[in-house]
Amino acid sequence: MTTGTPLARIFEEFQSVGEQQRLMLLLDYAKRLPELPGAYRDSLQDMDEVVECQSPLFLATDFDDAAEVAHIYFAAPPEAPTTRGFASILQHGLSGQSYEAILGVKADVGSHLGLARVITPLRLRAVNAMVGRISRSVRDHVG
Amino acid sequence: MSSDQDFSHYANPGALVTTDWAAEHKDDPSVVLLESNEDVLLYETGHIPGAHKIDWHTDLNDPVTRDFIDPEQFAAFAASKGITPETTVVFYGDKSNWWAAYALWVFTLFGHADLRLIDGGRAKWVQEGRELSTEVPQPRDAQYPVPATRNDPQWRAFREDVLEAIGRTPLVDVRSPAEYSGEVTSAPGFEDKEGALRGGHIPTAVSVPWARAANEDGTFKSREELAAIYQEEAGVGDSESVIAYCRIGERSSHTWFVLKHLLGYDEVRNYDGSWTEWGNGVRLPITVGAEPGEVPAS
Repeated sequence: MTTGTPLARIFEEFQSVGEQQRLMLLLDYAKRLPELPGAYRDSLQDMDEVVECQSPLFLATDFDDAAEVAHIYFAAPPEAPTTRGFASILQHGLSGQSYEAILGVKADVGSHLGLARVITPLRLRAVNAMVGRISRSVRDHVG
Repeated sequence: MSSDQDFSHYANPGALVTTDWAAEHKDDPSVVLLESNEDVLLYETGHIPGAHKIDWHTDLNDPVTRDFIDPEQFAAFAASKGITPETTVVFYGDKSNWWAAYALWVFTLFGHADLRLIDGGRAKWVQEGRELSTEVPQPRDAQYPVPATRNDPQWRAFREDVLEAIGRTPLVDVRSPAEYSGEVTSAPGFEDKEGALRGGHIPTAVSVPWARAANEDGTFKSREELAAIYQEEAGVGDSESVIAYCRIGERSSHTWFVLKHLLGYDEVRNYDGSWTEWGNGVRLPITVGAEPGEVPAS
């Protein structure tokens, strides 16, 4: 992962605090998951459901081909804060980034957050699944 | 409505409490509420005031032996939550109490006497617009003597027990129909996790997806309805013993609770190794398809 990118800065943010604080940081991200843009709000069925997640999570990607950047939107219910937290990390870390930057993200994002012990590796697979889904969406678009 | 809930027809009416009861008794010195969720952060977003958090994954499992904690660890854990052997421990959680039932079942292994579930779980409390708090309570000072044993033989089935039970003891598979038949190797929504090399079920096991025991609001169905499903339809009948399993043992804890506390079967064991073990196990027979299947020729 290239240093200095928004996602790398989020990794540093997690790694700079202790394990229990990382959990609180994840909760903080969950609260900061941006609202869906109006166009998607009533049409969740038009979004892509990430079925690897234990709670319902919907993903939509908007492409700006002139600038070659992708905008990412997520929706997840309030009773799934862990899923919301992961989604929010990826939204803050990857939305508005170039196709190239997004495709360059390794799938093992979970391991960079330092949460394996407090959350368990099993639960971290959800965030990796989300990364995989975002990459696929960009790859399909680029063709 | 919770005030209409009547548990007296269940085999063990004391194993369930209403949200009303929880609201009234949550501050009793003899009561400890434990919230057990699938989502590891849900408690932090707000919980029943005074309730403590229990994490089914990190608090109850020993990662080295892939087993539950031992009696010493259990005693230390219980005391850290203000629990003594006399405490009424009340569990509740998300996802229709899956993980609450799992935690309750693990407490059962250590012989804790008074264990209860809030009927309808966390969702019911929230739906009723009841108070939630983000304040983490200070546990009361408590001593918990180390239990003499973790009573695995009574409440837990291992693969050898299950192999032995095929054709002798009713087996209840509580996974989704597609997992049971073998069309998929993991639960819907759990793809890429907890998967198995083979799809199908343990020969002779009957399919009763766990959610059939629950009403739409997550409360348990009446004893009459439950008897029709498990005793009659699934053919568990009057068998003295029965074994339930799922994929990792949490959905089957929910069914274990139904069979043991609501229907009153004597010897109910949860096969917590479940399909993640059986589906991957060497020399373990399976049946593919919608029918229970025959006892394999040995």
